[in-house]
Amino acid sequence: MNKPLTKNINPDRAFATLADYESTGGYQGLRKAVTELQPKDVQQWVKDSGLRGRGGAGFGTGLKWSMVPMDADVPQTRYLIANADEMEPGTFKDRMLMEQDPHQLIEGMIIAAYAIQSNIAYIFLRGEYHLAAQRLEHALQEARSKNYLGEHILNSDFNLEIVLHTSAGRYICGEETALLNALEGKRATPRAKPPYPLVSGLWGKPTVVNNVETFCNVPHILHYGVEWYLGLGRGEDKGTKLFGASGRVNYPGLWELPMGIPIREIFEKYAGGMRSGYKLRGFLPGGASTDFLLPEHLDVLMDYEAVAKAGSRLGTGTLIVLDDKTCPVKMVLNLEQFFAKESCGWCTPCRDGLPWTVTLLKDIIAGKGRIEDLDTLTGLTRMLGPGNTFCALAPGAVEPLQSALKYFREDFERYIVADKESA
Amino acid sequence: MNEQRFEGLSLAEIEEINAKISHYPDKAAVSIEALKIVQKYRRWVSDECLVAVAGLLEISPAQLEGVATFYNLIYRKPVGKTVIHYCDSVTCWMLGSDSIGESLCRHLNVKLGEMSADGEYTILPIVCLGACDHAPVAMVGTELKLDMTEDAVNKILGR
Repeated sequence: MNKPLTKNINPDRAFATLADYESTGGYQGLRKAVTELQPKDVQQWVKDSGLRGRGGAGFGTGLKWSMVPMDADVPQTRYLIANADEMEPGTFKDRMLMEQDPHQLIEGMIIAAYAIQSNIAYIFLRGEYHLAAQRLEHALQEARSKNYLGEHILNSDFNLEIVLHTSAGRYICGEETALLNALEGKRATPRAKPPYPLVSGLWGKPTVVNNVETFCNVPHILHYGVEWYLGLGRGEDKGTKLFGASGRVNYPGLWELPMGIPIREIFEKYAGGMRSGYKLRGFLPGGASTDFLLPEHLDVLMDYEAVAKAGSRLGTGTLIVLDDKTCPVKMVLNLEQFFAKESCGWCTPCRDGLPWTVTLLKDIIAGKGRIEDLDTLTGLTRMLGPGNTFCALAPGAVEPLQSALKYFREDFERYIVADKESA
Repeated sequence: MNEQRFEGLSLAEIEEINAKISHYPDKAAVSIEALKIVQKYRRWVSDECLVAVAGLLEISPAQLEGVATFYNLIYRKPVGKTVIHYCDSVTCWMLGSDSIGESLCRHLNVKLGEMSADGEYTILPIVCLGACDHAPVAMVGTELKLDMTEDAVNKILGR
């Protein structure tokens, strides 16, 4: 078993039903958790597995759960939330997991809820994922019918209900605290931290938010054990992950591979390299809000530390490939237009700074740029960087911009110089 | 249930919204879902409906308007029977989403966000639809369309 996350995903059928899921060991992890283990034990198993959040930030999952106040003298309402608001441009992994094996997410959530003793959980699903909504709603009913959900789950003392919430758009909803506001029916603006949601989250109660793919790892850790899980990764990080590639590669797609696999292997072996007539110019390793890397970085391993050392982020692990016939300046303009539009407008640097980058980039492309504009853009990447904004949206937004200015400077300058020469 | 108070909403809408309320400790939590329920029946949210929903959820119309105008799948202007969202995020853009959007608008003789003359369609751009391995993509109503081409546009519009 070296591909736990996709073992039920089969091109010959639309999706795994409850019977399909159970036939490969489904809900055995849950059975073990609620009948043999204490909640604290489950937290410890997940901590020992080394599982880190698959939404992009990479926080230790077991550690997160263990920080939830659970003593008898604290309020006993706790919430668990699946962040299924996949909207990072270039990212298409959670949709597949939810559409094709919905029970895997549900089982992961039930085990997590048991670990933090939460009796109500929400799936926060982006509004555009209609098929995932249908399949999840159906799977939740199946799970209720078999007493995997409801009262006295598998004859234990544990009760849980999972509610599917479908959202209505806006990238910022994926930000953990903005998601809480959205779930409370408000504008999705982020909240100040601290207090962290683990202590004061949804309606002021302790709340754990994990990404869909993170939850999907959990049933297997319980079912097959920590030792087995630790054997899956190739580098520093543990387990497998869905990696993908899009752009002008031969076989755009999604593959479950060990953490720590070299980027070259994903790009050459799985994505099949560039389409004929195109050369690799660079790539964003983990979605729109990660720094560009170059062909010289192909031997970097896909894990949190290695990609960070190379100057970018693992992010969502889905490569967006830039070819030699696409202008990197225009690509960055597309990215910044996205972030400017999706800024929630709550804090000034993000609300005003991102549209400013768009204006400058448009001017440069239109031949109206000045060489000083590149300094202004560089300045903006710092002013919108970590520590200067309310949440991580703007710091993420300037990652592709700052690395494009570093690696593709001549492309920016060409627009400016060409204009001067023609004038 | 005092139906008069929520004039502007049908009984079916009120029932569906109330069913959603039962999942949350606070009525206001369903504001987004309530607006989506209204849209299911009417395609868009008029001022009259907005005020009625606010009344049902016991929040101010201004608060609900703040929510309605924040989320991009809530329409405060009339839209066609089928809304076509074409993805304009990075991978789709790289693989030709601009021409898909232009082609949709040209065929229907509309600008982005306008309703076609026959009331059938509205074209809007949308952020990444999570199908980048099949770029460019679009969502026609609730259905995801992969590997969009000029021909696919013709087929969708029945031309």
